[in-house]
Amino acid sequence: MATKKGVEVSIGIGDAVKLANADVVAAYPITPQTHIVEHLAELVAEGELDAAFIPVESEHSAMSACLGSAATGARTFTATAGQGLELMHEVLYVASAMRLPIVMAVANRALSAPLSVWGDHSDVMAVRDTGWIQIFTENGQEVIDNVLCAFRVAEDRQVLLPVMIHLDGFHLSHMIETILFPEQSEVDQFLPPNQYPFPLDPSKPVTMGDFSPPVLYTEARWAQEVNLRASKEVVLQVWKEFGAKFGRNYSPVECYKCENRKVLLLTMGSFTETAMTAIDELEKQGRTDVGLVHLRLWRPFPFEELRQAVKDADVLIVLDRALSYGGPGGPVCSEVKSALYNLKKKPKVVSFVGGMGGRDITVAGFETIVNRGIEIAQKGSEQEFEIFGVRE
Amino acid sequence: MANKKPDKKTEAEMTWKDLEVGLIATEPGSARQYKTGAWRSQRPTYEFSKCIKCGLCSIFCPEGCISQNEQGCFEADMYYCKGCGICDKECPTRVITMVEEEE
Repeated sequence: MATKKGVEVSIGIGDAVKLANADVVAAYPITPQTHIVEHLAELVAEGELDAAFIPVESEHSAMSACLGSAATGARTFTATAGQGLELMHEVLYVASAMRLPIVMAVANRALSAPLSVWGDHSDVMAVRDTGWIQIFTENGQEVIDNVLCAFRVAEDRQVLLPVMIHLDGFHLSHMIETILFPEQSEVDQFLPPNQYPFPLDPSKPVTMGDFSPPVLYTEARWAQEVNLRASKEVVLQVWKEFGAKFGRNYSPVECYKCENRKVLLLTMGSFTETAMTAIDELEKQGRTDVGLVHLRLWRPFPFEELRQAVKDADVLIVLDRALSYGGPGGPVCSEVKSALYNLKKKPKVVSFVGGMGGRDITVAGFETIVNRGIEIAQKGSEQEFEIFGVRE
Repeated sequence: MANKKPDKKTEAEMTWKDLEVGLIATEPGSARQYKTGAWRSQRPTYEFSKCIKCGLCSIFCPEGCISQNEQGCFEADMYYCKGCGICDKECPTRVITMVEEEE
């Protein structure tokens, strides 16, 4: 039997990591991730979680400590946000290339300057190509469920890759929600002990992150790429098993009232729930041709699932919460466009950027985006994208 | 060197499938197989009759590639020697002369 608790999502993450029996937590506190790390430090200090808590002096060190920890075969967790994720940047590539199964929660935050502690996806998009599996979450329950799934995926012998769980800073991290926590015995059944195949051991020495001359580097990179793409099958399998066991099902691309709808909105993260309400409101107003696509799995990118979800639509409106300065506008939209480019029949894709630095997009805001998006699709636009809600 | 197969292929023969997970090297000391003496522009030549076998060149060699040969004289291993010339500078009896690499 699951326990139902009203809890702040960040505290819930700490509890989920405890349920996962993590061995090592190495993290540096940063808003809006702080409560996750504080709660884990508390759980370790109180003896409720039998783990080593490594209080490092920076995020670069946090991820470096995670490398060492994961390489010993210890179940390893960390969390960060915004500038902290960027300070980790170079080490993120090392974690994925060395194939170390680290799980990290990222409380998505805008980047400086100007200084902003509030949420958007600028931090995620900057680490898009670091080779990590990346999952976006919509609500507190989804965060907790996916933290548990992330350990299963990361430590799978066929995968051995680090996983990021993205949750919107404040909009999710500081929200108090009713969350179902599975029993310890159920989690233990779902998540067997970590069996990392090359644990650091003086009696059986290995070299990790070895020197690779030009004659091998391309092969090493391709092996990593093939592996990351193939990890999607394991993600699907783990979600399926999780659904069968706990009754909550997840998919890489989720459709909300998409069937036979000619206009689709695409969102990621917590804004998806507001967008759902907007779709319902539009329906009440007689706009029964609008649906919603939620992109949950960001890496590996779910090409087939996305194409399937949007193939019959005429217009696809993509909302990004980050800017690619001087480029195509929204990074998600540019990836969606490239995923659809070679299809014979495809929707017109319209790009919006909004919700940056913690600015809300309300239900009415999404209705405006949909109506403006339809207008742009019909009349065309000379701009690569439109920025929603900017005062001009 | 991260070949997981027991039947060792050369680096140039290895495909991505032959690489160990994460390019982990499971054989200790396998970096010795890398030929790191390939980019020399000068090489040491020896007049061993002058060698007093003091070993100073071996101590100063930043590559650690100088050891005693069959006569007990100190000589660089050309598989690793980068041709820096430090051995020549340090040798008290001027055994070594650096010459341009022909190839």
